[in-house]
Amino acid sequence: MCGIVGLFLKRDELRPQLGDMLTDMLVKLTDRGPDSAGIAIYSQPGEDMKITVQSDTPEADFDGLDGTLSDALGTGVTMRVVGNHAVIRVPAASGAAAVAHLETRGLRIMSAGTSIEIFKDVGLPRDVAERFGIRGMGGSHAIGHTRMATESAVTTLGAHPFSTAPDQCLVHNGSLSNHNNVRRRLAKKGVRTRTDNDTEVGAAYISSRISEGASLGEALEGTLSDLDGFFTFVTGTRDGFGVVRDPIACKPAVMAETDDYVAFGSEYRAFADLPGIDTARVWEPEPATVYFWER
Amino acid sequence: MQSLDMATTDLREVNATLQAQTSASNQTEWVIDNPRGAHAVAVGLDTPISVTVRGSTGYYCAGMNAGATIHVQGSVGPGVAENMMSGTVIVDGDASQYAGATGHGGLLVIRGNASSRCGISMKGIDIVVQGSVGHMSAFMAQKGTLVVLGDAGDALGDSLYEARLFVRGSVKSLGADCVEKEMRAEHLDRLADLLERAGADAKPSEFRRYGSARRLYHFNIDHADQY
Amino acid sequence: MTKTPTTEPRQSWTFSREVNAEIRRAAATGIYDIRGGGAKRRVPHFDDLLFLGASISRYPLEGYREKCDTAVTLGTRFAKKPIELKIPITIAGMSFGSLSGPAKEALGRGASMAGTSTTTGDGGMTEEERGHSEKLVYQYLPSRYGMNLTDLRRADAIEVVVGQGAKPGGGGMLLGQKITERVAGMRDLPVGIDQRSACRHPDWTGPDDLEIKILELREITGWEKPIYVKIGGARPYYDTALAVKSGADVVVLDGMQGGTAATQDVFIEHVGQPTLACIRPAVQALQDLGLHREVQLVVSGGIRTGADVAKALALGADAVSIGTAALIALGDNDPKWEAEYNALGTTAGAYDDWHEGRDPAGITTQDPDLMKRLDPEAAGRRLRNYLNVMTLECQTIARACGKSHVHNLEPEDLCALTMEAAAMARVPLAGTDWWPGKGQF
Repeated sequence: MCGIVGLFLKRDELRPQLGDMLTDMLVKLTDRGPDSAGIAIYSQPGEDMKITVQSDTPEADFDGLDGTLSDALGTGVTMRVVGNHAVIRVPAASGAAAVAHLETRGLRIMSAGTSIEIFKDVGLPRDVAERFGIRGMGGSHAIGHTRMATESAVTTLGAHPFSTAPDQCLVHNGSLSNHNNVRRRLAKKGVRTRTDNDTEVGAAYISSRISEGASLGEALEGTLSDLDGFFTFVTGTRDGFGVVRDPIACKPAVMAETDDYVAFGSEYRAFADLPGIDTARVWEPEPATVYFWER
Repeated sequence: MQSLDMATTDLREVNATLQAQTSASNQTEWVIDNPRGAHAVAVGLDTPISVTVRGSTGYYCAGMNAGATIHVQGSVGPGVAENMMSGTVIVDGDASQYAGATGHGGLLVIRGNASSRCGISMKGIDIVVQGSVGHMSAFMAQKGTLVVLGDAGDALGDSLYEARLFVRGSVKSLGADCVEKEMRAEHLDRLADLLERAGADAKPSEFRRYGSARRLYHFNIDHADQY
Repeated sequence: MTKTPTTEPRQSWTFSREVNAEIRRAAATGIYDIRGGGAKRRVPHFDDLLFLGASISRYPLEGYREKCDTAVTLGTRFAKKPIELKIPITIAGMSFGSLSGPAKEALGRGASMAGTSTTTGDGGMTEEERGHSEKLVYQYLPSRYGMNLTDLRRADAIEVVVGQGAKPGGGGMLLGQKITERVAGMRDLPVGIDQRSACRHPDWTGPDDLEIKILELREITGWEKPIYVKIGGARPYYDTALAVKSGADVVVLDGMQGGTAATQDVFIEHVGQPTLACIRPAVQALQDLGLHREVQLVVSGGIRTGADVAKALALGADAVSIGTAALIALGDNDPKWEAEYNALGTTAGAYDDWHEGRDPAGITTQDPDLMKRLDPEAAGRRLRNYLNVMTLECQTIARACGKSHVHNLEPEDLCALTMEAAAMARVPLAGTDWWPGKGQF
């Protein structure tokens, strides 16, 4: 139960403003979710793997972490600490080993990939965005979420977006009704989830289908038959983002498109400050229909 | 003409000001600027004042309207004119879900499209949509009239009671217990009157009429699959 | 020659006479059983709890002399005009349509004399009820039957009904017999047809939307009236927390013994949790949010006596609500109509076909002749008396526990007779300091 915003830039000149624009959009929807907030932001894909981790005791955990990790992997490591998150950059070939090492140190993996960074925490969108300096971040596309938890815990890990594969993420407004069975089926296939959150199951379902060879479009189509309950999903990948609503489609969703961007919002309010919104094409995504924008 | 700017005036003051107008008031023309998607704008008005909203609104604009004329020069979020009792609400742009939900009376005109569940559970309201309506429109509609100049989505009029539906374009599918019905002179007259009041440019003869087959009015085991 | 002993004919416990009768009825009619009332099966209840009372370690208050307050104020969080009640017992929502006009009047009379509120129900506000209820809570239901701006502003509080204990997640069904001209007019339906009530609100879904709906209701009513949110006892921890996050002033929590005018028997008996099991999780949610007592909790579903009231309050409720018990006080299921109950194939106490409109007691009916059997003034006095007795009983217990206000009763004033009740109420099994699950909450 939440507010979702998404912004996919078509014009490169706007890229430096992405974090600023998305933060404005997200703060507008604060009322839809006072518990926690999170942002997935995608920048130009590089050669390296970026791993975003979170710690409840960042001073202790992040102190000298880059050196320790560098020694363990036998390769160069850079680290940028942002509040209780750190973005760690390692050569792509060492990515999996780095994630494993960071997990054994008790750090929570928010995201990994060549482009994605995820920042999330409990609190209001304004405070969370401030904590991580989201306004100053640039990129090609981004997804934000503000959460009113239904049945799972209000924690950093329980906040959206959920990332269950490199450069993929998912946010959700609604409530799934068969996620426990889906979680068990995924677990049998070796797909791990970290929380009791229904959305994480949705994310893991999509990642699992993709890893089995499905396209993102096919995986999103699959949510319509395999996931039950109410959902508006927005999913991000390295190259774009997609939207799908359940067949009943009673959780709100609005989209806007201009020559400069495609925007998603749970409510129109989120768009009020976007440039050119008065002449944008504004519409509601149809139920049980997959939408996708890719560069 | 009185003006309320939501960039500087909060929602409570806007609504309280409008609600405080009585039929004796001579301040009958109001303008609201900068709604910027705000919720519950111009709700619960019960005097025949005229309010123009310059911009788009969020949920429940003109909710429970009873006699006012509210004109939104933009689009509206979910539940515009929900449970309207009387009066007129005009939307220049599109309407989100549940437009005119449970409305008991008055006229709602949407010049753009309305999305899903337009006229859900309507109880006497008249709704004219100049564009198209989404799925499950007029679900459980009890009374009143829904006129659609464009197309209707899936399951139009599902579990319909006595509301009358007129659609000019295509209907993707009819819901349970909703059937096409003969267009008689009385229906053409009713339609002509509504189209005129809504300022809609269409001929009554171009429409088809849909209504309840009344098969679900009394439980019958042979229709159990429709419940 | 001695006779060979034979076995006794033995009925199956699984396929009991009742079960077999229901199978035959279903096979003959093809429709599930619809009835009124709440769950009839035995579930752990307040009867399984006992108060400890004072002796040497605690001092009791003197009955009749030392004050034991019962007043409760509902809606102190945001509303400019909270509801002040003299007693912590309110009358639950029961619709005009399922009840007759005189029955609604009697509820209003009785509640007003006792200093408490009544609640409308699905079907709109009647003059009988508004005119005779000093404090009236207007229910805002999925059907929105009879919902209108004038009545919304005439109400003293608004109760957004998300669910009820008899059927969390379900809608209702009022059969055509009760859709008389007056009922149909109020509901904008054709006379005499079955009326299906929706299970979800038509213009919002979920707590994030509910927050906006509550904003709209407050804006329409000038932020004066308390907004209650009523939930069925299914997932009380989450639902209470979400009602609060959506902005509720008061949470009304209805356990599975709570009644309904009409729904499927299978729903009544198989969906939802016992009232006893719902209270502690709901209170826990309020405590976790730091809003226990600031957002008031009203509990309903099977409240019958002052002891039930006291126990619900001790577990953390601010007030209780009664429906079925109020109808019995008015005269529902009275044995004096036994011959007529028998003619309907039932017996006094078991009559629950409220939806059919043939109530011999003249309460759950729209039949003009039957309706005349209920004198609203006399029935109102009976309800007043009953409410007074429950209040006195609750006070008696509270005084014995040393409390000068019934709200000062605590879970620690209770013990449980059974393991089930101990686990559900999270109070120790009698004679121990332990309950199943202790330490895990």
